[in-house]
Amino acid sequence: MSDRPQDRRPGSPPDDRPNPEKELSEQNLPGQRGEHGEEIRVQRGMFGANNGGDTSGYGGLVRSVRLPGAATRPYGGYFDEVADELEGALEEQGLVPEHAIEKTVVDRAELTFHIEREHLLQVARTLRDDPALRFELCTGVSAVHYPEDKGRELHAVYHLRSLTHGRLIRVEVSAPDRDPRIPSLVTVYPTNDWHEREAYDFFGLIFDGHPALTRIMMPDDWQGFPQRKDYPLGGIAVEYKGAQIPAPDQRRSYS
Amino acid sequence: MTTSHAHPPASPAATPGAPRETTEGPVYTVTGGDWDEVVQAAAKTDDERIVVNMGPQHPSTHGVLRLILEIDGETVTEARCGIGYLHTGIEKNLEYRTWTQGTTFVTRMDYLTPFFNEAAYCLGVEKLLGIEDQIPDRATVVRVLLMELNRLSSHLVCIATGGMELGATTIMIYGFRDRELVLDLYELITGLRMNHAYIRPGGLAQDLPPGAVDQLREFLRTMKQNLPEYDKLATGNPIFKARMQDIGYLDLAGCMALGATGPVLRSAGLAHDLRKTDPYCGYETYDFEVPTADTCDSYGRFLIRLEEMRQSLRIIEQCIDRLEPGPVMVGDKKIAWPAQLALGPDGLGNSLDHIKKIMGTSMEALIHHFKLVTEGFRVPAGQVYAAVESPKGELGAHIVSDGSTRPYRVHFRDPSFTNLQAMAAMCEGGQVADVIVAVASIDPVMGGVDR
Repeated sequence: MSDRPQDRRPGSPPDDRPNPEKELSEQNLPGQRGEHGEEIRVQRGMFGANNGGDTSGYGGLVRSVRLPGAATRPYGGYFDEVADELEGALEEQGLVPEHAIEKTVVDRAELTFHIEREHLLQVARTLRDDPALRFELCTGVSAVHYPEDKGRELHAVYHLRSLTHGRLIRVEVSAPDRDPRIPSLVTVYPTNDWHEREAYDFFGLIFDGHPALTRIMMPDDWQGFPQRKDYPLGGIAVEYKGAQIPAPDQRRSYS
Repeated sequence: MTTSHAHPPASPAATPGAPRETTEGPVYTVTGGDWDEVVQAAAKTDDERIVVNMGPQHPSTHGVLRLILEIDGETVTEARCGIGYLHTGIEKNLEYRTWTQGTTFVTRMDYLTPFFNEAAYCLGVEKLLGIEDQIPDRATVVRVLLMELNRLSSHLVCIATGGMELGATTIMIYGFRDRELVLDLYELITGLRMNHAYIRPGGLAQDLPPGAVDQLREFLRTMKQNLPEYDKLATGNPIFKARMQDIGYLDLAGCMALGATGPVLRSAGLAHDLRKTDPYCGYETYDFEVPTADTCDSYGRFLIRLEEMRQSLRIIEQCIDRLEPGPVMVGDKKIAWPAQLALGPDGLGNSLDHIKKIMGTSMEALIHHFKLVTEGFRVPAGQVYAAVESPKGELGAHIVSDGSTRPYRVHFRDPSFTNLQAMAAMCEGGQVADVIVAVASIDPVMGGVDR
């Protein structure tokens, strides 16, 4: 059952088996594959048919999971203006924009700034206060766990809305699993108080500077962080018309 | 209800009804009619400061919301929320089901606004798939129609329960009477009164049933008669106004800092409505207005909700006029849900004609059906944020795909969750009795807050 998340734990031995996808010529591959984007993990096998006795051939399937990579100028729409203003404003504050903005992604008509975590607070304050940016409304934090993206396992994703200019951008910050710390944005956007508590509760992300980082949904004495990929969903098998239906996280996975 | 004094008096006791000593002070557990004992005991202590725990199972806390109030006499000096009593792990569960099955979960989050949950989720999935332009017009119009019906039913519950908490039981009866009409329409169109899972990635579960348009027109006629009754009953009512005006005050700066959206933000005078500022589902082509108030209080929010219901009726009327015959599911057969539903003797179920066709005449249709239902479709890797203006504010869905048949991560930015943070700012310094009014004006639904 290699496709089950708990088997893709960080700390498992490095995967040095060949990835045939890299060797295949592009013309023989379906449209989605290739070298574009950033590889976050390599998916092997399907239906759990990868250990001895696999005659289906599915066990040999290999797929690279790639998220959209850095975009090049022009970004289109108001994205260029926002990027220019942000870079200009950071430079004015004596910060090299390339140090703060790790990369800029434009995908599906949405703009994402990947920010280095040590500069997050300054970038957020600039985004909120600069008259040409004015992202007054933060819609909170969503965390994502990529256990196989080594060194950047935990992501915090913020969506910022500018009511003045009618714009929406995304700010993404990553932290490694061994040091899951991200500066808190509560001083800039007080609305993030509960949102950061939620991200801490479910992912174990520690927001430095949060006034009271405690669990919010789960009981105070709960062990573990339930929405991380290595935390099992749980559940029990159910009998239905004589057949055993396994728990949802034990069922056959097609991906 | 449990109360505790901040400073312990020096009399530990073990008799029934006597306080239980804790490190925080004596705790009086009150059930039923022995409230008098607490009052007597509280009168004996020299300190007026009392911490009252209200909820999580209190009839006027909108479900399982727990309020922790520190009161000094009748004044609330500090107010905090305890949430999480209705956490159901919907976001985690979504990661173990196909993209289509996701609607079944999200419709249950904020159970008073199911169509908004479904719409935000489906708009996000469609954006990930890149098929926003292929959604049939009829499906989009029906989505708008259902969302506006849902705005009516949600606001009706808000006004009804809010009125009931003030002791205005007539307005409660009126509100639930009219909500029942909306639920009847839901049942006619989707087959269910709640938890519909009717809006699906790619379109709708099925088309409107015969006679739905006539019923909708009938409903509009009834509602146009019923809505003014709320005005007559409440808007000018001196008791109602005295209880609501200047209560739950939150100005624009407070709304922005606390991320409050929806009627709370619009009661501070800013006409921010995603249907106008960041339109989706073709809202820019509908003729309607965004009501605002400049009172920043509960009464302003009540008036805004009332006016929004009138505007929703206008939009529903325009939707009915725009309904053209056509498909309600995207044409791409690799995404469109293959099953057909039909009304059988025991209710809505799989269409026997469709089953006969796929089982008897088309092997390919059967394979397709099987693959799509068991395995689902794949969604290209990436992330999107899709937001809709729910009756409570900005409902956003942050959806991440890793290219598989299941969502990699779905996070909902529920407006109730965010707006509830404003409770402390609205209540501190006010009267205990006004806490209920302030919380009711936020209109939190714990299913959405806790997810």
